[in-house]
Amino acid sequence: MKKKILALVLAIAMIAALCVGLAACNKDNLDGIKIGLICLHDENSTYDKNFIDAMYQAVDEMGMKREQLVIKKNIPEGSECYDAAVDLAEDGCNIIFADSFGHEDHMIRAAKEYPNVQFCHATGTKAHTENLANFHNAFASIYEGRYLAGIVAGYRLKEMIESQQITADQAKLGYVGAWAYAEVKSGYTSFYLGAKSVCPSVTMDVTFTNSWYDPTAEQNGAVKLMGRGCKVISQHADSMGAPNACQSANPKVPNVTYNVSTKAECADTYLVGSKINWAPYYKYIVDCVANGVAIDKDWTGTLATGSVQLLEYGNGVSQAAKDAVAAAEAKLKDGTLKVFDCSKFTVNGDHLTSYMADVNSDANFEKDTQVIENGIFKESAFRSAPYFDIDIDGITLLS
Amino acid sequence: MTNVLKKLKLESPIHISKRTDMPKWKSWLIRGGAIVAALLLCGIISSILSSGSFSSFMEQMFKGCFSTPRRAINLFEETALLLCISLAVTPAFKMKFWNIGAEGQVLMGALLCATCMKYFGGKVDDGLLIVIMLVFSIVGGAVWSTIPAIFKAKWNTNETLFTLMMNYIAMGLIACVIAIWVPNNSGTVGVLSYGNFPKIGRYPYILNIIIVAILTVLVFIYLRFSKHGYELSVVGESVNTAKYIGINVKKVIVRTMILSGALCGIAGWLIVGGASHTVSTEVAGGRGFTAILISWLAHFDPIAMSFTAFLVAFLSQGSSQAASVLNFGGSFPKIITGMFFFIIIASEFFVGYKIKFTFGKRKAERADELNAEESDGSIGATAYDSADLGDGEPNEITARIDNSAEEIALPSENNQNAQKEEEVEA
Repeated sequence: MKKKILALVLAIAMIAALCVGLAACNKDNLDGIKIGLICLHDENSTYDKNFIDAMYQAVDEMGMKREQLVIKKNIPEGSECYDAAVDLAEDGCNIIFADSFGHEDHMIRAAKEYPNVQFCHATGTKAHTENLANFHNAFASIYEGRYLAGIVAGYRLKEMIESQQITADQAKLGYVGAWAYAEVKSGYTSFYLGAKSVCPSVTMDVTFTNSWYDPTAEQNGAVKLMGRGCKVISQHADSMGAPNACQSANPKVPNVTYNVSTKAECADTYLVGSKINWAPYYKYIVDCVANGVAIDKDWTGTLATGSVQLLEYGNGVSQAAKDAVAAAEAKLKDGTLKVFDCSKFTVNGDHLTSYMADVNSDANFEKDTQVIENGIFKESAFRSAPYFDIDIDGITLLS
Repeated sequence: MTNVLKKLKLESPIHISKRTDMPKWKSWLIRGGAIVAALLLCGIISSILSSGSFSSFMEQMFKGCFSTPRRAINLFEETALLLCISLAVTPAFKMKFWNIGAEGQVLMGALLCATCMKYFGGKVDDGLLIVIMLVFSIVGGAVWSTIPAIFKAKWNTNETLFTLMMNYIAMGLIACVIAIWVPNNSGTVGVLSYGNFPKIGRYPYILNIIIVAILTVLVFIYLRFSKHGYELSVVGESVNTAKYIGINVKKVIVRTMILSGALCGIAGWLIVGGASHTVSTEVAGGRGFTAILISWLAHFDPIAMSFTAFLVAFLSQGSSQAASVLNFGGSFPKIITGMFFFIIIASEFFVGYKIKFTFGKRKAERADELNAEESDGSIGATAYDSADLGDGEPNEITARIDNSAEEIALPSENNQNAQKEEEVEA
């Protein structure tokens, strides 16, 4: 009997010691966290893979257990998203994150029913006007990353001109976009401006697939652009369609990617890419919930927060290009360089001095906010999701 | 191979013959066994992907569907939607009108439903709005099914291709309407706040489930007991017989397809008004095609269909949950569903056909055997059964499978030829 009591006392003492030890690591707060991630597609989509990989990274780096994370894949932008969100809430998640634009309204429906659960949504536009304490938007200033990637593409064109492979007026970029929507327009315009900063004669053709994920349409789009004489292709769409088209083209065409590096699969054509790293945001929201602090309604990640990243360089990128990127990155970080500096581009031949953008979502798509201040278009300053939707000179929209 | 057999005067080693003598309990035993076998096989696949996950796979399959009231309701709601569309395609299939345009008909119902929500929302009472939505949805679905029906009745066009093409036109129309409604080009309509079905109790979707339950009974009565139901099955068995006994075949085709489209329209109404509250080209989610499988597997019987629809919904919801918990890729639920139906459909073959192995037997011996069987009268009985229209369900079904295979094979061959021609041109 004495032995049993001794064993019990020892066991309790050990458990207590363990608890104290964990508390000392400040991990006890995190033990109560459970995150749900809702993805539009699965890991075959480069877009969703980016969210999933970053989530694993964040969970591992914070020392959380994998069991504290539930991922629901292939959730369409309909009632299925609402069902997934409330199911995660009932399953004990205290943070639920959805990754696709069309998920937003269904997340809001769920957020209203579960006020004690935090609902976070990437690329959405409504949190700052919806005024729900538990619904939040987030995005990153990816236009800065695109700009840097554009410099690499521009350098490639510049080198082609210098080696007399092409003439200056043949320097043309091609871009496969998903929808002619602000998020895409902001992306390809910043990419173009980055290229133009090193290769002034550059022009660009843009084609749209009218889908976020359509491998065949993206591949066909890239082929069409190559047929129109585009010398470097980039894309804002979520499959491997465009990179594969560039790799299998004859002659091969360099490609600038989004979200994932294709250096392994497309070694001959991969130049560089940019991505949003969601891990800093995931860590931020977990921290907030663990410490009982309110999450920002609308959070914008930047180069400085580590949310915007340039991917690894491809095999044929010159040192001069890398140096130009490093110089521009430093200037973007210290604020001396602005991507959407209105003196650097024209619209119908004129430099813009004012522009009203649709920042606050409403049924009539009313242009409600002045977004140009002191000659700078202030992208992602009034809300995280991009609102630059201007067609500038030098870019031709097909289809 | 066949040449060698001919030289040796040997019979082909495997003989497949139609069987009509299987008792009902036995055929259901085979199907039940197939379901259990499929589930076990899926469990084995799961444990190959992640060792030792067999039991947790089984557990999650059921947990994903029944562990909370909400999961159970989601399961029954998905069952209801699939069932509603299966009910819609069934009258046409019984008539041997191969309507594979259910997806497009549902989409048209959904589109018109969303249009009502957008333009009448807030202007009329929500209850009245829901009724208006219903009427428009029915019209949308019915128009989409009537167009191919008229072409079939008047000019005998191929309804399989026609209804298939209509799906893509419906998707194109929705994309067009969305482009007009959403000038910022995000391609997302967002939730329409008016005309949402009222909640019964704490959870959504209950109304959807009740409506489909009523529809199931109505369609069952229509097919089994009404004159219309009888007429369409006669047209399905033999157009000439139907003509001979004075049935207006064209009228039956058009009338049945209006019904088929109207039911699809109702499904669109349930999806938009009762669940998603928004419209997109993916709002039907491929259910229009899955419903064809559900209807076939149930042998066009609305009551059996509620079980096959439940099975499909259970598989997809359960395997999604298993994939989520066991951390499998996004394709896992599709693999599971595909495997499952591979086995279930294979089991139907064994219900409908008898296989006899005759290794190394010479033709003469085989002929003797056949003669002996004939003197038993078993072959004669088979011939009699297949001539009888009213009897022998398995017989009826297998005959249909034969027909459908012929009908579907033709267009695909044409497609291949067309593709080849394109390649040559390119």
